[in-house]
Amino acid sequence: MAQIIHRSTNLLKTVSAMRHLTTASTTPITVETSLPFTGHNIEPPSRSVETTPQELLSFFRDMVLMRRMEIAADSLYKAKLIRGFCHLYDGQEAVAVGMEAAITKKDCIITAYRDHCIFLGRGGTLMDAFAELMGRKDGCSKGKGGSMHFYKKESGFYGGHGIVGAQVPLGCGLAFAQKYSKDENVTFSMYGDGAANQGQLFEALNMAALWDLPAIFVCENNHYGMGTAEWRAAKSPAYYKRGDYVPGLKEITKSLSCETSMQVAKEHALKNGPIILKWTPTGIHELHVRPWKQYRTRVRLLVVLDRTLKRNRKEMRKGWMKSLQKLRI
Amino acid sequence: MAAMLQSFGVASASVAVSDHSIKLPAFSAPVIRSEARSISSPILGTRKTGKVTTKAVAAKAENPASAASKPGHELLLFEALREGLEEEMDRDPRVCVMGEDVGHYGGSYKVTKGLAEKYGDLRVLDTPIAENSFTGMAIGAAMTGLRPIVEGMNMGFLLLAFNQISDNCGMLHYTSGGQFTIPTVIRGPGGVGRQLGAEHSQRLESYFQSIPGIQMVACSTPYNAKGLMKAAIRSENPVVLFEHVLLYNLKERIPDEEYVLSLEEAEMVRPGEHITILTYSRMRYHVMQAAKTLVNKGYDPEVIDIRSLKPFDLYTIGNSVKKTHRVLIVEECMRTGGIGASLTAAINENFHDYLDAPIVCLSSQDVPTPYAGTLEEWTVVQPAQIVAAVEQLCQ
Repeated sequence: MAQIIHRSTNLLKTVSAMRHLTTASTTPITVETSLPFTGHNIEPPSRSVETTPQELLSFFRDMVLMRRMEIAADSLYKAKLIRGFCHLYDGQEAVAVGMEAAITKKDCIITAYRDHCIFLGRGGTLMDAFAELMGRKDGCSKGKGGSMHFYKKESGFYGGHGIVGAQVPLGCGLAFAQKYSKDENVTFSMYGDGAANQGQLFEALNMAALWDLPAIFVCENNHYGMGTAEWRAAKSPAYYKRGDYVPGLKEITKSLSCETSMQVAKEHALKNGPIILKWTPTGIHELHVRPWKQYRTRVRLLVVLDRTLKRNRKEMRKGWMKSLQKLRI
Repeated sequence: MAAMLQSFGVASASVAVSDHSIKLPAFSAPVIRSEARSISSPILGTRKTGKVTTKAVAAKAENPASAASKPGHELLLFEALREGLEEEMDRDPRVCVMGEDVGHYGGSYKVTKGLAEKYGDLRVLDTPIAENSFTGMAIGAAMTGLRPIVEGMNMGFLLLAFNQISDNCGMLHYTSGGQFTIPTVIRGPGGVGRQLGAEHSQRLESYFQSIPGIQMVACSTPYNAKGLMKAAIRSENPVVLFEHVLLYNLKERIPDEEYVLSLEEAEMVRPGEHITILTYSRMRYHVMQAAKTLVNKGYDPEVIDIRSLKPFDLYTIGNSVKKTHRVLIVEECMRTGGIGASLTAAINENFHDYLDAPIVCLSSQDVPTPYAGTLEEWTVVQPAQIVAAVEQLCQ
């Protein structure tokens, strides 16, 4: 355990060192995503993504910020300064960062209780987030909501919902309002693989498809629904196909591929109606932090942690630019 | 007093009711009723912009006879609801309706008839049979600023949407630290009908009453149906408007000019001296029928239609209790955990010293409503039982 901590502090040192690096040039470079997209009823976008070093660096910075925030929140939770429930997003940051890169603040995002990083991505400050987590009145919901109820109305972030799956019909409603007001924006309704088995999801899919609502349903598959593994809860884990008549896209999470698919999804949603996106982030933390219970064995957890950090550090030493490309961030 | 009163009973046939038109009573006694004579000058203190008022203030209508003397127009309760809805949709383009069969079919009780042709399919939206998600959809739309009205074909179906109504409708304003208001109206018919069976005869006011953050009102006449509908739509809070299946064909003459009622006020139906009878929705008519018998027997009941089920209009109720010192609650809700139970507790807590007798609460039996007509009749409170209860209380 001490070794892990030592290595993680080294990683953080690398990050702070990087802050001194001036933002790179904006010369476009082409990166290939690590895995091809798989499409259901839709042509998958190409693997080559055009980006700039500046964009890559900003992605990396945002993701590390989110990661550090979540680790800090975990420590606070274990120190009983954050009470109740604390659902952490580390390992899934690429989704939030990639999404923000593809959309504007006028587009709406709604998610379930794993909302800390999405809140940050939408423009929330660390102060707002931590104050809310610790129940202070300076929190984004004045301390009345807690971990599961982060909202930011002016940036189009609609929360922050405690009941699994209940946010998906709300997202459908946001899309309905966008269609009603005829503004050319979309709504991202995020949910997890656990919520993918909820009936209201299929009801919302049906309505969104029926009325061509600009709704994009994003399934973040971390293979666990609360405490139960995916293979024990879902007959068909191909969540992107569950829309049947609604097209779907599937990818392993990296922020560039997230960004691409979000752009594709946005165009599709504005023209043709709903679409499902499915991500498989490799969450490191227990999905629902309960200090007395682990969902994955400790050993496996440590192995994953160790591997990720080791890989990152090696890459950093080789030269950060190349390493960013290699990581296919 | 009794001679001036036009009262009638809803005994068995609902259609027969429409033959007796309800005249607006011209009282000489002060009328506790709020009436905005013109839309631009609401009576101060009763129309609050924004948040839920916990203390309802009833103001005296300055000209109680004015409404009765104006000609007005006659219509049925469902038409009054439609009129209110249409006026609000004309006034504010953000108001939209969604529900099953509200559009092309015109609404299962004809409340939205003709609106889809006038406003289009998006504004009067026919939803699939998916209460949970279309209620959620309405709430999501309300978060962005639209003002949706959700129609439950029968209130009982809204149990499927309980999570959305409780968590998202009721609590979002609080959990977001005030960032979002949810100006939805959830309405639909409930109550015991004409042998509709247990699942279609539910009274949901008792289930919803504990949800923090919502307001509940029950309409009983075309006049208050239109007024409450308009008030509910204009309110920034989520409001649940309870209608009754058997009251849709009531006929009444309502004013031509625009009026909005207060969501937190009770209605004085018949002032009296001996006993306060609190009721709402369909039981109002059973009470009024019992009142005829009681008057013949020499009693003088004061009948109040509480209208606002959450929060209670304790101002009006309290004044009445202080006058009569006896309370009888007549409701269609179940005995256990019903509106009457809460009302009993509230009156006991606040006006205990003014009571000369324990509060009696007549409610429906705690059973699923039977299909057989005779059995069904015995699960709801009948006028004879009301008369007996008053006689016993006033001994």
